[in-house]
Amino acid sequence: MNRLDRRHLLGWAGAAPAAALLGTLPAAAQAATAASPTGTGDLGVVIERARGTLALVNTSSRTLLAEIEGLGDLSHASVVFSRDAGTAYVFGRDGGLSKVNLLSRRVEARVMQAGNSIGGSISQDGSLVVAQNYTPGGIKVFDAKTLELVADIPAEVAPGKLSRVVGLRDLPGQRFIFSLFDADAIWMVDLSDRSKPRVSKLEGIGRQPYDALITPDGRHYIAGLFGEDGLALVDLWDEVPTARRILGGYGRGEQALPVYKMPHLKGWAVAGRHAWLPAIGRHEVLVVDTATWQEVGRVAVAGQPVFVMARPDGRQVWVNFALPDYHLVQVIDTVSRQVIKTLEPGKAVLHMEFTPRGEAVWISSRDANRVSVIDTQGFETLARLDIDAPSGVFFTSRAARLGF
Amino acid sequence: MRALLLGLAAMASAAHAQGGGREQALVRMVRQDCGSCHGMQLTGGLGPPLTREALADKPLDSLVATIYQGRPGTPMPGWRGMLSEAEAVWIAEQLVNGFPQERRAAR
Repeated sequence: MNRLDRRHLLGWAGAAPAAALLGTLPAAAQAATAASPTGTGDLGVVIERARGTLALVNTSSRTLLAEIEGLGDLSHASVVFSRDAGTAYVFGRDGGLSKVNLLSRRVEARVMQAGNSIGGSISQDGSLVVAQNYTPGGIKVFDAKTLELVADIPAEVAPGKLSRVVGLRDLPGQRFIFSLFDADAIWMVDLSDRSKPRVSKLEGIGRQPYDALITPDGRHYIAGLFGEDGLALVDLWDEVPTARRILGGYGRGEQALPVYKMPHLKGWAVAGRHAWLPAIGRHEVLVVDTATWQEVGRVAVAGQPVFVMARPDGRQVWVNFALPDYHLVQVIDTVSRQVIKTLEPGKAVLHMEFTPRGEAVWISSRDANRVSVIDTQGFETLARLDIDAPSGVFFTSRAARLGF
Repeated sequence: MRALLLGLAAMASAAHAQGGGREQALVRMVRQDCGSCHGMQLTGGLGPPLTREALADKPLDSLVATIYQGRPGTPMPGWRGMLSEAEAVWIAEQLVNGFPQERRAAR
């Protein structure tokens, strides 16, 4: 190779990092890029908890595309996606609900809908967005296009007394289901006629439901109970759904450990015919047969589980932990029910999200200011993204999944 | 109790004198970890608000006991595994005076 050719090549090599840098430019500088037609299937967002910004990421190129500001207090924020996977609805702790266009990277609408909010859901057809609130306790329903209020449903359990709402999930048929932490109840609301919401209530479902999951088929709703050993199960295919207790006494009467962080049940922990559930106040993951709802096993893990999430194919279940063990992530093989890998991706692991088909998982480490992308087969780290105090990681593939 | 508290307060002052590193860690712990239930701005969540206004009528020793030993029957855990009692006193004092913001490195 002569010198000229070589310089030419070096020139090209020099250009490559410059192109890669584009990914870190502010949104405004990328207007041209953003305007070109593109799909949204490999987009996702990461909550930057402390700064109240949303980091827009691409899960194929594993890059940070932009940061979207002005979303308020995101200390317990969650996100749902529109059906076209082009809009993220961000529910902030401070009651802010923001509609963010992922292509223009702009906040298109924003309402302050409550004093203290804990997340939300989107309806089966994508037309309604629902927020679940602690203060004032209840849910509020919004038009997904405009964020205009459609219905306000206070969780009034006695005159003037509202319960905090947890575990809100969407159900088929423009319905939603949620749990009342302060009232030991599960409510369902049918919004098929949006001007006349119909609420049905299940009382005495168990003490202090703290979160819930819906099975992938939308049939079973399971609320975790803080106030007792056990979970509440509702079969929504029953003519008249009722709540029954499952896994009663799973703690075997032993003193529970102090719970420094509540487990989260959102995230399908249903793998094959088994549901994998965090035990409260114990270093265990419980395995339940979804045909009989009996416990069929339990797996000892490194700490108190927070998220117990099945890889999309169900072959692995990934677990993160409450402090002081929150620098660890463990992987359970669902066939052998053994922990096959323990990872340390950075201190204060808050969330994990699988790519749509599960070849990689993105793990946020709040105190390391880092999101790690990890191969789920070989467990090598594929990429690390510098993201400020990251918490929730949400990919647009959620748009097509019931209960997300 | 009061005498014990005074003793603890003295210990807290000793902890204070040890320098700002641990205090910064405690501020971060309260904002981030307590914040997962009480909110990063301590405006409440599953746990009650811990703002100066919200705590105005709460005696310091009951706050210290809640932090250190937890509140049975509620999700509030005792933090004795994470904190010394003197540190619990220090946190309670900061809370009733309006908790400091976390010092964050410029990005």
